[in-house]
Amino acid sequence: MKPDHDMSLSLTIGPVQYHWGRDALLQFYADVADSTARDVVIGEVVCSRRRDMKPADWVAIAAELTQAGKQVWLGTLALIETEAELRAVRQAVERGDVQIEANDAAAVRLAWHAGRPWSIGTHVNVYSSEALAEYRDMGATRWLAPVELDLAGVRTVAAAHRDAIAVEVMAFGRLPLALSARCFTARHHNLQKDQCGFICRDDPDGCTVKSQEGQVFLALNGIQTQSGAVQCLVHHLPALCAAGVNALRLSPCSQDFREVMAVYEALVVGDLAAQEAERVLRGLRLPGPLADGFATAREPGMNWSMA
Amino acid sequence: MDAVMKPELVCPAGSPRALDVALEAGADAVYLGLRDATNARNFAGLNFSPAELKVAVQQAHRLSRKVLMAINTQALASDPAGWFRAVDAAADADVDALIVADVAVMAYAKRHHPDLRLHLSVQGSATNHEAIALYHERYGIQRAVLPRVLTLSQVAHVIRQSPVEIEVFGFGSLCVMVEGRCALSSYATGCSPNNAGVCSPAEAVRWEEQGGRVDARLGGVLIDRYGPGEHRAYPTLCKGRFDVAGQLDHALEEPTSLNTLDVLPELIQAGVSAIKIEGRQRSAAYIGQVTKVWRQAIDQAMAGLDRFQVAPVWRQTLERVSEGRQTTLGALSRPWQ
Repeated sequence: MKPDHDMSLSLTIGPVQYHWGRDALLQFYADVADSTARDVVIGEVVCSRRRDMKPADWVAIAAELTQAGKQVWLGTLALIETEAELRAVRQAVERGDVQIEANDAAAVRLAWHAGRPWSIGTHVNVYSSEALAEYRDMGATRWLAPVELDLAGVRTVAAAHRDAIAVEVMAFGRLPLALSARCFTARHHNLQKDQCGFICRDDPDGCTVKSQEGQVFLALNGIQTQSGAVQCLVHHLPALCAAGVNALRLSPCSQDFREVMAVYEALVVGDLAAQEAERVLRGLRLPGPLADGFATAREPGMNWSMA
Repeated sequence: MDAVMKPELVCPAGSPRALDVALEAGADAVYLGLRDATNARNFAGLNFSPAELKVAVQQAHRLSRKVLMAINTQALASDPAGWFRAVDAAADADVDALIVADVAVMAYAKRHHPDLRLHLSVQGSATNHEAIALYHERYGIQRAVLPRVLTLSQVAHVIRQSPVEIEVFGFGSLCVMVEGRCALSSYATGCSPNNAGVCSPAEAVRWEEQGGRVDARLGGVLIDRYGPGEHRAYPTLCKGRFDVAGQLDHALEEPTSLNTLDVLPELIQAGVSAIKIEGRQRSAAYIGQVTKVWRQAIDQAMAGLDRFQVAPVWRQTLERVSEGRQTTLGALSRPWQ
């Protein structure tokens, strides 16, 4: 079968948003090393209390993934409130052994001053070509579009920066939608944040929030609120290519993620049609229903265009 | 005790009438926005035309008060020029500062209007001093408004380390999420603070009544369900009652307003430069009542921090106009930490 689009799309494995624990993470990255993903973003981006993995552990994973031919990025904590959190980000940037994906303005400033190429994370707001030009001027070489920016918007933002900025969009997984000081997982269990007992370990895909009618709506993941639905852009390959997107980001889920990677691998090389990709995905143990509303301007993100 | 600085009282104005009332009630500065998507209260019937803006600034300046103009949404790829025109209009009207969130807007303002004072909006989402330093160093911002997610001691720490003045929210509707980085509303409705200047917009709300039961929907999603006689809240989606693992609860936040009167002496002691009242979408009557309370409270606190006491009538006034008729100190004091 011949693909009907330009075959330049690569895959990026996003950071694990959940509290999986050390063994699960090591197994996960062994699988990722065997995948065809070109880029991998590692690191704890949600909660600074999750400390199973020390900075040196991440550096070791980065080394193994690099060995396997991957381009590795270290995502920074999205919400930085304390001096200790700031120090950890500063040390990671200054160490310089892994390239940085900046998830807040503090990390942007540190990465800019470090003078090495860095990536603009989804929590750094870029909604216009002019905004992207600012970060490009600060040394960014890669951009993960905000979840709510539609593909026509991505196209307009990226057009003037072709060859200078690699463009990436969230193509699979529960979407990070919001951050708060309060831990909603601890709140749900009536636990204090500082005595949470790391209860979020029990929710390897977040804790699903349903409406009172049983509609899957959101997911609680500590201080992060995610979409209840699973982003799935398999039907948008032509639009992604037209928008100048270089990479599709797959956000990890706890079950069948190897199969998810295989579906997207086959899709981007043209070995699998979109309908077939959707059918295979629907047969997997995914944490929520499929959604692709954010691909279209002013469409609710939770919607599914094929419905 | 070191000499403390008297914080500026910054009050909202969603209309020329509200501006009159805020100035009359003692606001040191009034903040407002143009009637379009360039600001985060892009609601029907609200805000100022460029001509009204000019009159507002003249009026405030005659009383030696300030006008701060919010251009605090993200300039959109489809028409960033609209945001740049808003910056020009602000400079033309001689506003005292712009409240900005997008680096594209900051860069434009700095390049074309280098003397225009810039404040980093809460939508700029800077929660630590290193983040604030980026906007100060690169765009020359002179004040930052902090997201409502920090504790009192974290606020004090940011003030000590920050290269610029710090403004905090004193009263009003409470965002439990970090402002400027929340896509919950667009997930349910397509429109959010960043991309449209709205959250849980009225156009997406539907009230359905059936046999005394009332359902509040946003983008079709059932946000809350009320029994007969139950106090109903606007379906802001983070304040609904949802089912989490079989448990029905306000999974994120309850309908409630931020009220920091109880810690006003501590905020002043920490060195906040300005205290902001939320509510450009609220009535002139609300703005008058809330501004009066805060004017008295700040004046009384400055007369002696140790002697400061929250007058019962202040508390009653603020609770009456609060969301869900209840107030909280929010993240400043964290009983849940």
